[in-house]
Amino acid sequence: MALADARACVPDLIAVDHDPAADHRLIERIADICDRYTPMVAIDPPDGVTLDITGCAHLFGGEAAMTADIEARMVGLRLRVRHAAAATPEGAQALARFQTMPAADEAAALRRLPIAALRLEEDAEIALRRAGLKTIGDLAARPTAPLAARFGDRTVSALDRLLGRVDSRITPLRPPPALFFERRFADPIVSATLGVAVIGELAEEAARILAERRAGGRRFAARFYRSDGAVRDLAVETSLPTRDPGAIMRLFEERVAGLADPIDPGFGFDMIRLAVPGIEPLAPSQLRLEGGAANEEALAALVDRLSTRLGRGRIRRFMALDTHIPEQGVLALPAIDAAAPAAWPRPEQGEPPLRPLHLFDPPQPVEVVAEVPDGPPHRFRWRRTLHEVRRFEGPERIAAEWWRRKDNHGLTRDYYRVEDARGRRFWLFRHGLYESERPDPRWYVHGLFA
Amino acid sequence: MFESTDRVAQLRRKLARIEQGRPSARTRHSRFDHADLDRVLGGGLARGRLHEVYAADGGDAGSAAGFAAMLGCELGGAIVWLRTASAEQRGGRLHAPGLCEIGLDPARLILGVLPDAQAVLRAGLDVVRCPDVGAAVIELWGAQPRLDLTASRRLAVAAEASGVTVLVLRIAAEAVPSAAHTRWGVRAAASAPLEAGAPGHAALEVELLRQRGGPEGARWLLEWDRDQRRFRDEDQHAGRAAPYGAVVPLSAGGPLGAGAAAWRNAG
Repeated sequence: MALADARACVPDLIAVDHDPAADHRLIERIADICDRYTPMVAIDPPDGVTLDITGCAHLFGGEAAMTADIEARMVGLRLRVRHAAAATPEGAQALARFQTMPAADEAAALRRLPIAALRLEEDAEIALRRAGLKTIGDLAARPTAPLAARFGDRTVSALDRLLGRVDSRITPLRPPPALFFERRFADPIVSATLGVAVIGELAEEAARILAERRAGGRRFAARFYRSDGAVRDLAVETSLPTRDPGAIMRLFEERVAGLADPIDPGFGFDMIRLAVPGIEPLAPSQLRLEGGAANEEALAALVDRLSTRLGRGRIRRFMALDTHIPEQGVLALPAIDAAAPAAWPRPEQGEPPLRPLHLFDPPQPVEVVAEVPDGPPHRFRWRRTLHEVRRFEGPERIAAEWWRRKDNHGLTRDYYRVEDARGRRFWLFRHGLYESERPDPRWYVHGLFA
Repeated sequence: MFESTDRVAQLRRKLARIEQGRPSARTRHSRFDHADLDRVLGGGLARGRLHEVYAADGGDAGSAAGFAAMLGCELGGAIVWLRTASAEQRGGRLHAPGLCEIGLDPARLILGVLPDAQAVLRAGLDVVRCPDVGAAVIELWGAQPRLDLTASRRLAVAAEASGVTVLVLRIAAEAVPSAAHTRWGVRAAASAPLEAGAPGHAALEVELLRQRGGPEGARWLLEWDRDQRRFRDEDQHAGRAAPYGAVVPLSAGGPLGAGAAAWRNAG
């Protein structure tokens, strides 16, 4: 029905634009809420959530009790749900969407479903219907080879997945963590501080299990489930695997202290979970023979603490890249990622510094006076100060990486090390060769020497 | 009058006794291998203390940072360099190959680029408290009301407790009272030119502005010898030898290898 027709029928109709992104956000939120039942949660677009409850239902008192709990929670959010449980994800999705009346068992219920439950393309569905095949039962009774020949492989594989003839799994929204520890509260706790303290208890639990496995984690993710369905995530990372609950707690406290929007307990948290997404081998810590605690990790702990408080990108280590373009030759990576320290090329004996201590990226334009257009700079003006060049060395020519460019071209840079009258040393370059590349090449200051 | 000076002397003696009692009062030094510097500083740069490096002019930022890196070379251990994002914009970012050229292995360096001076000071205190750090460089530009006597005293106490040497790098700033053990003023100096008037090794004009319990006011013209990792006096006569653009004959058996001299044909 067109909107105009609908408005003619119902004069005070409220029309809202379709917003698929908002719908998706809602479904994601619902998936987050369902995360408390099982770590294997997948979104079934456009409007469904599939849970793999294998081995989880008994924690909630069986499937029926679990379903009732989910339903009660969704009703609390003013959502209406249709749900079904089945041996395959496709079966459950189909039953939840298309089942109209109760059946004796799962197989019978599936057979009674219309072929729309296969969720095929429209023309495939029309072809099936024209052939008089209206329910899944009609298809299931027939041999698969003729079906595949007439209606395509896709129809048969959809049928196989629905009926459980092939193994079908859901791809969870988030990969299930290697370990997780959770605490549920009969009475929601309404204090954020208390919530963080619970993380400490969970961290101790985690430390015990990790010590048994001689492993440590590098990432610890906490999740606060609010009773009204909101979910808050907090995560800390370490550069070395750890299982020390004290260290983990200190990082969480840093993280909480540095939050721009503090944790809001709302009407209280009814569950808190601490997940260790991946574990790595970690031998039991040993004290040094000559006495004193092993404090090699102190530096790593410092990096972790600063990265947690200030953001992982702010604490960096240098990594060399294989390129001769100066500003691209160095990468400053987050120190927490702990790349193995690479060897840096040793400068040649007896040479003065040929590369500046400070590098400007992007290079800063300067006005240069040179005696000849392709000669060395004579004086230059940078930041409103005139610098008289007393000594220079150059040019050191660095060509553009033409093999990486679409037009196989790029301007050559002629670098000069210059020293001005006050003894300051600069790294200047002329961008483009005079005449052959540019009629009027521009000059830039690219770095400062010590 | 007499009474009060007496009291002061008494207090001084008392303080000296207290200081001697502490194990950290036995200062270790990092030798400069430069006779005059070592003599004035009583054996070299004191480790586990707070040292300030001032560049009064923002244009000398490179020289001051270079001086801090040179001191860091000698100190050993991991170096944590903290600076603000605005310093990175004004003075350029720290360039790892340039650190190599000074003799500081970039693998030893952890760089923190933080949003503001307050974050730098707060993180700096954490760094100084970590005993695994060899040296902490805290770079701040301009006047910093937050880095007052209390803040620097806090840093100095933490440094003495942990043994971390703290280098506070103040660019474009006026000296303010602080708890620093030494305070240095650094300026760029004309280098002794190489063949064909090429700029030479890093040269600095270094002034010891202040030293706690030691002589001060001394001034040196130093050249950094990266291969030996030490300072040496700059040869001023060499500095005046080659004016701009002059053609200097290649000296056989000069300080440079023949290979380096061959391509050093400036102009």
